Amino acid sequence: MSEVDRIRWHCRRGLLELDIVLARFLDRHLDDLDRIEREAFKSLLMHSDNDLWDMISGRAEPPPEGVEAGVLELLRNV
Amino acid sequence: MAIAIRKFDAVIVGAGGAGMRAALQLAEAGFKVAVVSKVFPTRSHTVAAQGGIGAALGNMGEDSWLWHMYDTIKGSDYLGDQDAIEFMCRMAPQVVLELEHFGMPFDRNDNGTVYQRPFGGHSQNFGERPVQRSCCAADRTGHAMLHTLYQRNVRANTHFFVEWMALDLVRDAAGHVLGVTALEMETGEIYLMQARATLFATGGAGRIFAASTNAFINTGDGLGMAARAGIPLEDMEFWQFHPTGVAGAGVLITEGVRGEGGYLLNRNGERFMERYAPTMKDLASRDVVSRAMATEIKEGRGCGPEADHVLLKLDHLGVEVVEKRLPGIREIARKFANVDPVKQPIPVVPTAHYQMGGIPTNYHGEVVAPRSGNPEAVVPGFYAAGECACASVHGANRLGTNSLTDLLVFGKASGERMAQFLRENPEHRDLPSDAADRTLMRLDRLESQRNGESVHQVGADMRRTMQAHCGVFRFPDLLVEGVRKILEIAERAQRTEIKDHSKVFNTARTEALELDNLIEVARATMISAEARKESRGAHDREDFAKRDDENWLKHTLWFKDDDRLEYKPVHLKPLTAATFEPKVRTY
Repeated sequence: MSEVDRIRWHCRRGLLELDIVLARFLDRHLDDLDRIEREAFKSLLMHSDNDLWDMISGRAEPPPEGVEAGVLELLRNV
Repeated sequence: MAIAIRKFDAVIVGAGGAGMRAALQLAEAGFKVAVVSKVFPTRSHTVAAQGGIGAALGNMGEDSWLWHMYDTIKGSDYLGDQDAIEFMCRMAPQVVLELEHFGMPFDRNDNGTVYQRPFGGHSQNFGERPVQRSCCAADRTGHAMLHTLYQRNVRANTHFFVEWMALDLVRDAAGHVLGVTALEMETGEIYLMQARATLFATGGAGRIFAASTNAFINTGDGLGMAARAGIPLEDMEFWQFHPTGVAGAGVLITEGVRGEGGYLLNRNGERFMERYAPTMKDLASRDVVSRAMATEIKEGRGCGPEADHVLLKLDHLGVEVVEKRLPGIREIARKFANVDPVKQPIPVVPTAHYQMGGIPTNYHGEVVAPRSGNPEAVVPGFYAAGECACASVHGANRLGTNSLTDLLVFGKASGERMAQFLRENPEHRDLPSDAADRTLMRLDRLESQRNGESVHQVGADMRRTMQAHCGVFRFPDLLVEGVRKILEIAERAQRTEIKDHSKVFNTARTEALELDNLIEVARATMISAEARKESRGAHDREDFAKRDDENWLKHTLWFKDDDRLEYKPVHLKPLTAATFEPKVRTY
């Protein structure tokens, strides 16, 4: 439980756009992620606010690959 | 219950631009500095600042701090303190160059100097013609500033306490400030962060409104802590709004949409701006558009089931224009309003953006409060800077780019003043035996509350009430009713209950503690706004449409105790320049 709570707090950001998108993601997808996807989500959260927002809005070059790309796809569509 | 004590020379609450600039000043002078922050420093809300830093460097043509000062005072609708404004405008070029030397990646001219962008409200020669004064790092000025200051602080051995939330100010019987209590989120433990000097740099409290551009962390923690400790809050009726934020989300829709031909509709499908501004229509100035929107909503012509917003129509522009001239708008509308703007209108509402008021300080960043007949007696050991503070350089309305100027100048100035205070006061004062009592009682009340109120529900009611009763355009009947409602909600906020009692990263507890701070700001705002019977800057009343210098050229002070209001004079005398006398404001 405490890991989920920690992830929830790490979704509090400096940009409102991210706060909103990440809150939706937590509601809709967090419980369904497997262990590998959850790790990928955690590593996406390590990015700085502007970089993460660029990824979510499709402006980041190059886009991430592998599991992160899959989780990012979920984030882009919440 | 005994709690652990950690001892520092200085404690700074908040790790945005102001807090980190002050921390750097102290750490580089060799002091032991703790910075307490709810989130990782580079995720502070300063990251959202794109507009740049206003400073009269004169790199793009002739400029002077005196012209910047004039623009700031005029922008403030003459409520700004002219000594503090002169100080800020004179210091601005220096703090920008220092930041450059710290490694800030400013945009540059071909000759290597810092490039400066044009920005509304900045002029040459006292309003004669526009001047380029804004220093930027692409559209990531706030982001670059945070990274630059964070790196520099790490090098200077500043102690960061990340994911810690400050809970209450600690004062002794003589009123000296001796530090804060704080919650370590990872363990749920409470500490007393003892310090000889304490700075609040906790940012604004835009989350008191239902429509706000502020990040979720902007809960006015410093203002709530100050109010509970008996410090008044200054000029809280003044909030800057943006006319078109996405209803229910707060994300801004650029004014360029109306520039390209988009227009606003009420629930009857009427293009209502034609009634309010027959010539300029939807391209009238921000305040005219905001006022019209608020009037339509108040008179029942708002859209949606709650009739609480209006619609921004741009489907007639065609896909090509929208995609080419308004990049990103389609995506923002889809993501945050769930509409495709080339087919459907976007629900929009005037949205709170910046808090001009705050914890009263002088231009050294020292917190001041009335004592024995002096309206501005220094509170020993206590400092504030950035959006949470009221120096007051923004007065009734902030000039664009001055938020970053403010946090650099007053972050540095307060750091310097704290260093001087630390040299003059080498010993920690004794902690009173009840130092942590307020915090422990608050936490104990929250843990033991049964049959209480939901934090979520009380918060939602507060935000809705502030939006409907104390928004961008203010009506006397709504303000009076708003005061009654917000006091009722404040009562309910004292009985909040949480279901989750775990220790580790308990976000339910954190949000309950944040609501304790928000509600103080909401009360201060509503009560100060109801009392000010004039329109000035961002405080715009239907019943008193004009500025009234005879009766209201003064700062409001709200005290939590009995919701008492006092007033204090505006500093009309600058440090060296001649006074800028209040004039009618036209652009």
